[in-house]
Amino acid sequence: MRAEPQRGAVAGMPANIATVPTTKADLKLRLYVAGNAPNSVRAIANARAICTEHFPSGYELEIVDLFLHPQRGMDDKILVTPTLLKLVPGPMQRLIGDLSDTQTILMTLSLE
Amino acid sequence: MLTGIQGFDEITEGGLPRGRTTLVMGGPGSGKTVFALQTLALGARNFNEAGIFVAFEESARQIIGNASTFGWDLPKLVKKKLYFMDAQLTPDVVKSGEFDLIGLLTIIEAKAAQMNATRVVFDGIDVLLSLLDDATAERREIYRVREWLLRTGLTGIITQKVSDIDEDRRYSFLQFMVDCVVVLRHQVVSGSAFRTLRVMKYRGSAFGGDEFPIALTTKGMQLTHRGPTELKYKVSNERISSGLPRLDHMLRGGYYRGSNVLISGAPGTAKSTLCGLFAAAACSRGEHTLYVSFDEGADQIVRNLRSVGIQLGPYVQAGTLRMYSTRTRGPNVEDQFSALRAKVREHKPRCLIVDPLSALSTKLAHLASADAAQQFLDFLKAEEITVVNTSLMDGISTDEATATGISTIADTWIHLSYVVQDGERNRALTIVKSRGTGHSNQVRELTLTDGGVTLTDVFVAQGKVLMGVARWEWEQEEQAERKRAQIMADHKRLQLQLRQAEAAARLQIIQTEMEARAAELSVVDSAAGVASTLLKADREMLRKLRHADDEEAIGESADASRTPAGRGRRHAR
Repeated sequence: MRAEPQRGAVAGMPANIATVPTTKADLKLRLYVAGNAPNSVRAIANARAICTEHFPSGYELEIVDLFLHPQRGMDDKILVTPTLLKLVPGPMQRLIGDLSDTQTILMTLSLE
Repeated sequence: MLTGIQGFDEITEGGLPRGRTTLVMGGPGSGKTVFALQTLALGARNFNEAGIFVAFEESARQIIGNASTFGWDLPKLVKKKLYFMDAQLTPDVVKSGEFDLIGLLTIIEAKAAQMNATRVVFDGIDVLLSLLDDATAERREIYRVREWLLRTGLTGIITQKVSDIDEDRRYSFLQFMVDCVVVLRHQVVSGSAFRTLRVMKYRGSAFGGDEFPIALTTKGMQLTHRGPTELKYKVSNERISSGLPRLDHMLRGGYYRGSNVLISGAPGTAKSTLCGLFAAAACSRGEHTLYVSFDEGADQIVRNLRSVGIQLGPYVQAGTLRMYSTRTRGPNVEDQFSALRAKVREHKPRCLIVDPLSALSTKLAHLASADAAQQFLDFLKAEEITVVNTSLMDGISTDEATATGISTIADTWIHLSYVVQDGERNRALTIVKSRGTGHSNQVRELTLTDGGVTLTDVFVAQGKVLMGVARWEWEQEEQAERKRAQIMADHKRLQLQLRQAEAAARLQIIQTEMEARAAELSVVDSAAGVASTLLKADREMLRKLRHADDEEAIGESADASRTPAGRGRRHAR
């Protein structure tokens, strides 16, 4: 892995974080980021805020840093960062960008 | 870093800059993907360099499928040396806010390290970047790619769609940013497609900035550069028959082996017939011959030539003659010539016919196709293949430019034309030029009959060239004239003979008359003799009777000698 270590982890955070204040995960998300690139940092913050605010009943948000886990990005066919995958409920949905447009994200996530 | 693209590595003196970014720009269908993919594929196959192809536009499967015609054996390479990465965003992707390519680059970097790859292609990256909807952001990401390439030491190729190189300023910054810019163009001139390649920029390298024609062949992209400037061919002194003895004679022995012969002329002037004769002659010598025809099927040509007594069928069956008919429209000129080259390499002919070569070059306001034609002829020359080309010239236009400048590189140029006279068209053949052979300056009339093709002397009469029926009439008239003269002469001779006979007859008469006169004369003489004898005797007798020798009586009797003796006697009484 040629990724440089200092760029590796999102500041002050383990690479793979499940923020799970829940028992039943009726919303399961995976967010791919690239170290502490500005877009990525913003995306993490935005994702958390949205989840906390709009899905208080329970969610699972996994954050994957591609600097550390490029193979996972390959497996999930990630092209750009940040990319948010909505895994549950199906079907899988992809969102790209720093998740600054809350309205669009809510529309995409609460399809059920 | 060598690309393996024939011609490109030569004009750039070593290919693309290693460890740098090259931008390949061009409109749709100009061959950007082929250029990039070929660099990867041949890098893997020929130079054992692994590569990654990031496909933003088409799926990897499509790209591999499309390239299957090029014979690079991609599926095999994919296992070991090539990695295709699908990088198309599915339509259902929702965009919310800004993004960047860091993730992608990170993944590629990991893959490159794993494969030990040195080459990477970003094909159609604009498709992804346009989603950013922000020129500044797009620019930032391109810079990111460039920085990333510099850092990783990979040699990068970015393809970029542009509709018009000069007008499309959207990505013009790219040209300043990268180290090498290759511009591909796909132009249509008068309905005919031309692909060209131009190196627009190459930092730290001398490069030929010309546009070079390119061809997409079964081996991939090829750049036909003009080849060595110096022309070196083996030349032959061998003469081969044109198939028409009279024409051979006009050329003082036929075409030179390895020369190229141009037969120009308006439609229907029997250009193809001359080609057919040449083909038949070549085949009868047992030489492999390739007959390339455009817009006319092989069977049709064979049939048509049969109508003037040229039999090609048996040679086709024997395999000596290969007919190759194709459409003019279709692949671009460069591709057509590549296809012809391939045919030539396959059949290895000693004689080649291209009928008509101008099919490839009529739409030819464009330099590229003239270049292509010339290169093709050069190639044939190097292979010592004798080639007979035809070139269509429309009606009156016979200036050299019409023949695409082919005329200037043709060694022998035969022009066929129509002479319209007395309500008919007749074919006339002239040799415009013939390098290295003496040749007749005479116009000949070309006549086609069921029995074959012949060249006839044209008649010059009253300062006019007579052909066809006029010539026939003239011949008839001349014949009649000769006949008349003959009859006159005969008549005269008869008259003279008659006169001679008359003279002879007269001579005979005169002679006879002379004889008669002579006879008469002798009769007279003898009568006179008898008379004088009688007179003498009479006188003797008288004297005897008178017993006198009276001298007067002798005188009287002398007078009476002309009268009968009796009367004399009466006088005497």
